[in-house]
Formats: sequence, C-alpha cells, structure tokens
Amino acid sequence: MKRRPWFLFSVLVFGFAFFYVPILSMIVYSFNESRLATVWGGFSTKWYVSLFSNRQVGAALLLSLQIALISATIATILGTMAGIALARFTRFRGRTLFSGMVTAPLVMPEVITGISMLMLFLLMADWIGWPGQRGFTTVTLAHITFSMVFVTTVVQARMLQSDRAIEEAAMDLGSRPWQVMWDITLPTIFPAILSGWLLAFTISLDDVVITSFTTGPGNTTLPLLIWSKVKLGVTPDINALATLTVLVVGTGVVIAGLILTRAERRRLAEERQAFRSSTDTRP
Amino acid sequence: MGARLAAWFHRKGWSDLIIGLPYLWLLIFFLLPFLIVLAMSVATRTPTAPPFGYGGENPVVNLAGYARLFTDDLYLRAFLTSLGNAAVATVLCLLIGYPMALGLTRVSKGWRNILLMLVILPFWTSFLLRVYAWMGMMGKNSWFNRLLTDAWNWLTPEGWAVTSLPLMHSNFAVVLVMVYTYLPFMILPLYASLERLDPALDEAAMDLGTRPFGVFLDVTLPQSIPGIIAGGLLVFIPAAGELVIPTLVGDAGSPMIGRVISDEFTSARDWPMASSVAVALLVIMVIPTMIYSRYQAKSDGAEAQK
Repeated sequence: MKRRPWFLFSVLVFGFAFFYVPILSMIVYSFNESRLATVWGGFSTKWYVSLFSNRQVGAALLLSLQIALISATIATILGTMAGIALARFTRFRGRTLFSGMVTAPLVMPEVITGISMLMLFLLMADWIGWPGQRGFTTVTLAHITFSMVFVTTVVQARMLQSDRAIEEAAMDLGSRPWQVMWDITLPTIFPAILSGWLLAFTISLDDVVITSFTTGPGNTTLPLLIWSKVKLGVTPDINALATLTVLVVGTGVVIAGLILTRAERRRLAEERQAFRSSTDTRP
Repeated sequence: MGARLAAWFHRKGWSDLIIGLPYLWLLIFFLLPFLIVLAMSVATRTPTAPPFGYGGENPVVNLAGYARLFTDDLYLRAFLTSLGNAAVATVLCLLIGYPMALGLTRVSKGWRNILLMLVILPFWTSFLLRVYAWMGMMGKNSWFNRLLTDAWNWLTPEGWAVTSLPLMHSNFAVVLVMVYTYLPFMILPLYASLERLDPALDEAAMDLGTRPFGVFLDVTLPQSIPGIIAGGLLVFIPAAGELVIPTLVGDAGSPMIGRVISDEFTSARDWPMASSVAVALLVIMVIPTMIYSRYQAKSDGAEAQK
C-alpha cells in the first residue's frame, strides 16, 4: 500500500505558482495598452515597438554581450587552470592561500567586491597612472575575477570525480605530463568546462552591483540600463524586455536540457555496448 | 634559447603556468583589493582626493570607524535589519523549500526532470527582472495587491478596512522578494541530499508501525541536515549582504547594511567608514561559514572512520 503524499504535492503546486505567477503577470502586462503598468487597458504590442526603436537598449545589449563573451572566455581559461591545479597538484607552495582565494569570492557580498575593485582601480590610477578612465576594460577585469572562481568550482568537482586510470596508462606509455593533460584530461572534463563557461557568461550578463561600481561614464550595460529605469518605478517597456528575456532563456534552457538528456542516454547505451562486447570476447 | 625554453616547459614549466597564471590573477584582483579594504578601514578620512590619509599627520591606525559601529545607532540598526531579514527569509525558504524538495523525490522520473528544470529556469533569467516582476505585483493598483486587500478587508473587522495594502517599500517586501529569488538555492541542495536517502529505511520504519510524520521526524529529517545547512548558508549569506532588493522594494528609512556600505562610499565619500562596515559584515558572515566547514570536516572524518 502506497499513500500519495498530498501535502507534499500541494506545496509543490503552491511553490511553482509562487515561481511563475509573477513572471506570467509580467508577460501579460507587457501586452498592455495602458501607460500605467499595473492597470489593464486592452491588448497592444506598442511597448515591443518602442523597445525595438530604442537605440540605447540595443547599444547596452551589445556592450553586455561583448563584456560577457570576453570575460567568460578568459574566466574559463583561468578558472579551468585553477581547477586543474587544485585537483591534481596536491602540494605546492602557497596552496592554502590559493584555495582560500578561490573559495572566498563565492561568499563575498557583491557590494564589498564592488567597492574593493573600485578602490583598487582608483588607487592604481593614482600610483601607476592606469586605468585613466573606467569603462569596458575595468568592468571586464572585474567580471573575469568574480566569475572565474565559479568555473574553478565546477571544473575541480569534475576532476575529483574522474577516473585517473587512463591518465596513468598514458603516462606509462611514455606521454609527457603536459601531453596527458592536453590529450586526455582536457577532453574528459570538457563538459564541465563548457558548463563553467555558460555559468560565467550568465553571471557576467546578469551583474548589476559590481558593474555599477567599476564602470565609467558612457559604458552602460543592459542590467545597468534596466537598473536606472526600474529604480524610478514600473515601466511597461521593461515588461516587454523581461518577456523577451524569459522567451530567449526558456528556449535555450529547454534545448540545452534536451541535448544533455540525449547525450547522457547515448553515453549510457555506448557504455552498455562496450561492456557487453568486452565480456563477449573474454575466453 | 628555444630549445631551453621547450625543455623548461616539458620539465616543470607547464605546471608552473597552470598554477601561476590564475594565482597571479587572484593575487592582483582579489587579494590586493581585499587588503586595500582592510587597510582603508583603519585609515583617516581627509578632504583630499583620494579621500583618505595614512601616516604622516594622521594616525597610522585609526579605529574611529570601528568605534562608530557601536556608538552610531545607524550601523547597529542596519546590521539588525539585515540579519533579521536574512534570517526570516532563510527560515521561510526552508519551510517552503523542504516540502518542495521532498515532493520532487516522490514524483515520477519523467516529471522530476521537468520540474527540476522549472526550478532552475528562473535562475538563468535576469535577477533584476525577477525583482522587477514583484514590483509590478506589489504596486498599489496591481491585481495582486487588490486581491490581498479584498482578503484583508473580508478577514478583519470593519474598522481596519484599507483601500490598498502598503506592500512596497517595507521589510515585508524585502523578505518576500528574497524568498522568491533565493528559493532555488534552498531547494537544489535539499533535493540533492534527500534524493540519496534509501526508501527502504522509510518502509522499514513504516512496517514497524511508525506513522508517516514520525518517519519524517525520525528517519528523513536527521539524514538531511547537511542539505539544510548548505541550503541555509546559500540563502543567508547573499541575503545578508543584499543591495539590489532593498534598494528597489525596501524601506529607505531602515536601510540594510549593503545599502549603508554603498552610500558611505559613494554619497558620503567616506572610504574608511565604508571599509569598516564592510570588514564588520565579513566578520559576521565568516563565522557561520567557518562553523559550517568545521562541522563538515568533522562529519567527513566520522564517515571516513566507519
């Protein structure tokens, strides 16, 4: 006899309603005719038109994407190196400090990261004359720093799970250590590197607080533009922007989910196949 | 030259580079700024640019900023508001997130993947826009506010009737939006720890005559404590230092500590004071994290001994 956990299921329903009702409400009101963002005045797509004709939004989106692409890529390279170093090299000078510097940014409040970075840039300008002006470069540097540790966490976890037998076999067959790293370790942890990159990209694209401290005049990313508008209250074109964001992200997540499930299923099938053929050939 | 470089690279250069590059990066862009904050917290504020003095006619170590944390009412209140809001949000996340995570382990496998994706999906959309969604919901004329107002007027005596509920710009709004934005961080670690439990234990306890709620208290709950702590920290730590949510939906009259740091730095241009508050916040947050890692080390050690 198995009883259905009605209480748990009703909390699930309530929880998902809590997650999605505000988002649905935002989507519905993005098609609202009225200027008052919270009162229904009939169906209209005029806020989408005003959004697309707004040059500022396009420029801010482009800047955000550029920063996110560059910072996620550099953060992935540095973060993967750090993850490999922490997982494989158990003894080197200053390892404790290194692992501390990798975990501390994860729990550092954004405000503190923001003001500490800004003070660094202002003092550097005072000491060595660089950066003369804050903007694209300083924001990218800040984004690399706080997103690389997320990549490290993902890569390190994957490295600690992976089987080292193949690496050891390659070593025994005479590969140089760095060749083993390049030919065997990197391909095996590639999915983790990819999800680390995606994570870094999303974090960079989403950041408001650290960007607002490290940017300069004329360099407004999309979150900063939304931030400056939203601080003044609810405006209908932000509803339209939010709807488009949910649409793009939702499609992306669903496609990624489907690809991952299929890849996982294929991997399992291949493993089973390999296992079966290896047992068949046994004398 | 090229041959010597190649030899160095093959021998130990490759591993030096793998360690050295990220190490150097973090030293310059993480440790150095952190040390600047520490040093700035004992500097003296001056009307120069940059606005601080250190040594010379100023004291080398000026603890005035830290003293003001205890004497000026503003900072104490901000700390209490932050910790209070973060604590309430964490408890609410646990109360909603725990049954949700447990429910997720009880649905069929096909549903489970879809529902898990729906838990993660909001995380990939913009944080700012999720806060904004609630600004639309809580505004005076919104359908949600009118719904709640009607419910309030129906439930309470006639003398208490209101035309709309003042939801926005309050600690209530801050906690609500915090729960909304941080709930996935509670559900996911809880789900991970509940999913690993062996259902045979539940069945054994049931067979021995324990009621379902008793099974939960005696079997499920104790085994999920690591998940509760992990989820609690993932919600509490960012919530305590939050800046965006209180700025958008919070009560400007009782600011949270993130706002105080930001205001001291930008509007008041008091770098030393902002740094003192920042260091104090870090100390408060570092303590629970350290307790947690010690607890985890201890339980890992106990597991290894088995």
